[in-house]
Amino acid sequence: MNWVIKMFSSSLGQKFIMALTGLFLCSFLIVHMIGNLQLFKADDGLAFNTYAVFMTTNPFIKVTSYLLYFSILFHAIKGILLVVKNNKARPVKYAVQNGAANSHWTSRSMGVLGTIILVFIVIHMKNFWFEYKFGHEIGYTSYYTNLATGVTVSKEMSAEYTQFNKMEEGMTADENGQYRLVIVKDLYKAVAIQFKEWYLVALYVLCMFAVGFHLFHGFKSAFQSLGLNHSKYNGLINFLGIWVFSILIPAGFAAMPLFFFFK
Amino acid sequence: MEKNLNLNLKVWRQKNANDKGKFEEYKVNNISTDMSFLEMFDVLNDRLVTEDKEPIAFDHDCREGICGSCSMFINGQPHGPKQGVTTCQLHMRSFNDGDTIVVEPWRATAFPVIKDLVVDRSAFDRIISAGGFISINTGNAQDANAIPIPKDDADEAFAAAACIGCGACVAACKNASAMLFVSAKVSQFALLPQGQPERYQRVSEMVAQMDLEGFGACTNTGACSAECPKGISLTHIARMNRDFLVAGMSTNEK
Amino acid sequence: MTSKLDSKIPEGNLEQKWTKYRSTVPLVNPANKRSLEIIIVGSGLAGASAAASLAELGYKVKVFCFQDSARRAHSIAAQGGINAAKNYQNDGDSTYRLFYDTIKGGDYRAREANVYRLAEVSANIIDQSVASGVPFAREYGGLLSNRSFGGTQVQRTFYAAGQTGQQLLLGAYSGLQRQVGTGNVKMYARHEMLDVVTIDGKCRGIIARDLTTGKLERHFGHAVLLCSGGYGNVFFLSTNAMGSNVTAAWKAHKKGAMFANPCFTQIHPTCIPVSGDHQSKLTLMSESLRNDGRIWVPAKLEDALALREGRIKPNDIKEEDRDYYLERRYPAFGNLVPRDVASRAAKERCDAGYGVNKTGEAVFLDFAANTIRYGKIEANKKGMHNPTEEQVVAMGKAVVKEKYGNLFDMYQQITGVNPYEQPMMIYPAVHYTMGGLWVDYNLMTNIPGLYALGEANFSDHGANRLGASALMQGLADGYFVIPYTIGAYLSKEIMTKAISTDHEAFVEAEKNVQNTIDRLLSIKGSKTVDYYHKKLGLIIWNQCGMARNEAGLKKAISDVQALREEFWSNVKVPGSANGLNQELEKAGRVADFLELGELMCKDALERNESCGGHFREEYQTEEGEALRDDENYKYVAAWEYFAGNKWELHKEDLIYDNIKIAQRSYK
Repeated sequence: MNWVIKMFSSSLGQKFIMALTGLFLCSFLIVHMIGNLQLFKADDGLAFNTYAVFMTTNPFIKVTSYLLYFSILFHAIKGILLVVKNNKARPVKYAVQNGAANSHWTSRSMGVLGTIILVFIVIHMKNFWFEYKFGHEIGYTSYYTNLATGVTVSKEMSAEYTQFNKMEEGMTADENGQYRLVIVKDLYKAVAIQFKEWYLVALYVLCMFAVGFHLFHGFKSAFQSLGLNHSKYNGLINFLGIWVFSILIPAGFAAMPLFFFFK
Repeated sequence: MEKNLNLNLKVWRQKNANDKGKFEEYKVNNISTDMSFLEMFDVLNDRLVTEDKEPIAFDHDCREGICGSCSMFINGQPHGPKQGVTTCQLHMRSFNDGDTIVVEPWRATAFPVIKDLVVDRSAFDRIISAGGFISINTGNAQDANAIPIPKDDADEAFAAAACIGCGACVAACKNASAMLFVSAKVSQFALLPQGQPERYQRVSEMVAQMDLEGFGACTNTGACSAECPKGISLTHIARMNRDFLVAGMSTNEK
Repeated sequence: MTSKLDSKIPEGNLEQKWTKYRSTVPLVNPANKRSLEIIIVGSGLAGASAAASLAELGYKVKVFCFQDSARRAHSIAAQGGINAAKNYQNDGDSTYRLFYDTIKGGDYRAREANVYRLAEVSANIIDQSVASGVPFAREYGGLLSNRSFGGTQVQRTFYAAGQTGQQLLLGAYSGLQRQVGTGNVKMYARHEMLDVVTIDGKCRGIIARDLTTGKLERHFGHAVLLCSGGYGNVFFLSTNAMGSNVTAAWKAHKKGAMFANPCFTQIHPTCIPVSGDHQSKLTLMSESLRNDGRIWVPAKLEDALALREGRIKPNDIKEEDRDYYLERRYPAFGNLVPRDVASRAAKERCDAGYGVNKTGEAVFLDFAANTIRYGKIEANKKGMHNPTEEQVVAMGKAVVKEKYGNLFDMYQQITGVNPYEQPMMIYPAVHYTMGGLWVDYNLMTNIPGLYALGEANFSDHGANRLGASALMQGLADGYFVIPYTIGAYLSKEIMTKAISTDHEAFVEAEKNVQNTIDRLLSIKGSKTVDYYHKKLGLIIWNQCGMARNEAGLKKAISDVQALREEFWSNVKVPGSANGLNQELEKAGRVADFLELGELMCKDALERNESCGGHFREEYQTEEGEALRDDENYKYVAAWEYFAGNKWELHKEDLIYDNIKIAQRSYK
């Protein structure tokens, strides 16, 4: 195992770690994006809340999520250590440095952009992930879906209501027919409430800019760090890096708070 | 056509490695646009000597852009504002009358200042000593045409070998990383059949030495390649990354 | 022949000499090699290759260079290529032909045996370089590419774009650094050799100055190899690097080593002309440009004057008013005559008042005709039967750009003139010095244990060097000659223990060096070092440059003497000797040039003939060609130094057993 430590503690090895964890986080963004699209569904959050339950209970997802937390931490810590190391490589700074002449500002600001994102992740996880898993603020909502008409009616449960699982399913009936009843922890509502706060919306939108700029350089840089630089594929990598990861995904995420704010 | 310029220079002066150093300002007048940047320094130094002042020390030798000695950080860029040239090839027609020009030495832990604008780049030599060679003793070679080399590979190896070891890559990099320099040599030999036997050992040892010298890590900003007077490409860094990964994962070592 | 000069050329047939000698030269066994120390001064092609090769053999080697790294030696600036008798092109090349071309190109002033050996080992150099990773240009089939060069009729020049010297040096340098890594070589960069130390008539070490700290150091060696390059910077303006100097060779000369043929200097015809007084050095434009450029000056004096005054542009001059003087004078070789001939012809026109540029010291190198020719070929390839003139020019320019793009860019960068639109201006400049320390067949000077390799010696190029031969000689000496020939001396030194550097000879030598430094710093005169260097350069360029004559040389000698005297009483060297002091370094070098300059003129004055780079105006044919005097001057002029800048001439007769001497003709 000596060689593993030796390899990954070298300056190149550390960059491999940054690249691998970074690309893994990119792949998470896609999953997170697709899942969160449920927020736009006009079903009072049934689909989104169901998805949230799935994400927190499926064993495979659970394992992956630990990998994710680990990646975030590792990416952040390694990043900070690299910044420290890199600063040490030039203790006396230039009086004048015209970086714009030879490089894109995003590539020179990965540490700052990364820090903004890290702070954002902490806030974001505190607001939703922690509250959802461990908090007591988020209540339950019941959804009655008429099996004949397909119409869903939601009803908030009282604040004191609680149940063992995040979601319980069952069947019920009344004069209008049979219903599928779902009582589920209502993360959707938490989202809707929080995104009525202008400062939080502003924070989210701004941080999505940080994500976009971070990935503008980070995505293709990861491939370079892994040695994957070839004129045949660079076009595709650049395209994905710019259009998907630095524009489409951040824009999609930014649309969510805006959607609720103006809803 | 030739014109004459009056310029304000802000030059880093530092007596020796232990001195703190500071900027000194000089006015130089009637500088012909036909002069090279270093010839402008010659004129200034001539004046300083006549005025009983210590002339500015700077490294230079061939003055035709190939030896890699000259090393000035001019207005925030290594070798000045023009790309693809060394300081000695930078001519005063790249500047305008009345300009203020700030001149600093390369700044990096691995390149300590010796005096004024002169820095110690022996770290590069030590990196080459660590593995930047093909171990062949004189007289061992077979006929030069015994192994054909695809022209593309030979050309690409040459493009890497064009590195003049000036250190502009380190100077330009926000992390003072030496990746471009090291990868140029790694890549040159990785592309040639003669370099294969030691390919993976070479990359491991050169990278280890590079880290030991105190250079920073690579952030892939591309500043090195953009400022490289020989236009060495980032693809060489990618090749080195790849080879390093292969070396780490597959070679036999303790 | 004077008894002091024993060239030690082995007996036997020319073809057998080296092979036989190599097999009989005494050897040093590996165990003894480990206790033998060799000092190498200079890390260019000769120095780096010698250091690597000798260290591989097991000797303990110390290498000194004044630059900050061994890789910066001026060999790096060679552009064109390296000759080798490989005959890969199947065009009839052979060892003999390379040998013959070199002797003829040198105007019959080089030693047969040395040159033949050079031709023999030339092929090994290419093998060695390729094996050490030098990326030479290749054909699509993967094999090595060759180009032709001036003065030959075969394609034997190997090249790596316009950076052959760089690639070869980096190859040798990597071999050297490998030995530095193993500890077999100890590298002393930013060190300048300031004297050799002799004990009982043998060379035993050097005094070097650490340029960073200013400290003087004593280093012992069983043998000392000077690989310190040529002395072209005596002219101040040359294509040499700013730091190139004669100091190492000159100090050896003053300790008794003879200096041979100092007046043989090469003036390269295609350099960028001087632009003003600020000029610090000259830049070479590769000789390959002469393949496609036509050289001309205005045929009318009034046009030349108008050009100089900027009233007309070169393109305003009509075709019939242009004088393509090389094509006129040398119809057979045209623009491709050897360097010395082309340079002199340019000077002849400029002296006659036809020169261009504001200084009147430049001629045109015009690509217009070939641009159109290439354009037409391209049009043909594309099946365009009636292309417009603009189309032809545009396509032609693209071809020219492909071939010479980097050179054209460099020209534009330096001059600010676009050479695609206007003809280039060129003028000859000092480029290489054939003369140097006298050495025998073993490359040893007349001081036992002191060797000279590469441009620092005089041995292989006679009175004129052919293009692409300097790289060949440097590497031949370092890789394939010295590792064998040094055995002849060191095999007798195995009992010599390392001599303490406290020995009085070291103390004495260091004291002398210290005195010189103190003296330079104490003058505190009113003129800078460069002032004297420029003045010296001008004297030598005007009187001992492309053309020389008796009166001029005599005047130059007294001028140099007077200048030297003034230098030692009025030079201003600022700062102290403790630490980096670049003015002090320059001062020491210029002080040596001021002595060498006189010897060059003396040598030129003594040689009453014209040959190669040495053109005495009194000795020319009616057509203005060089007139050699083989009867009286077929010898190597080796000068012995005596205190107070006095010299005695020793002659080594040149014997041609294998070549019939003839007048060089390129008509």
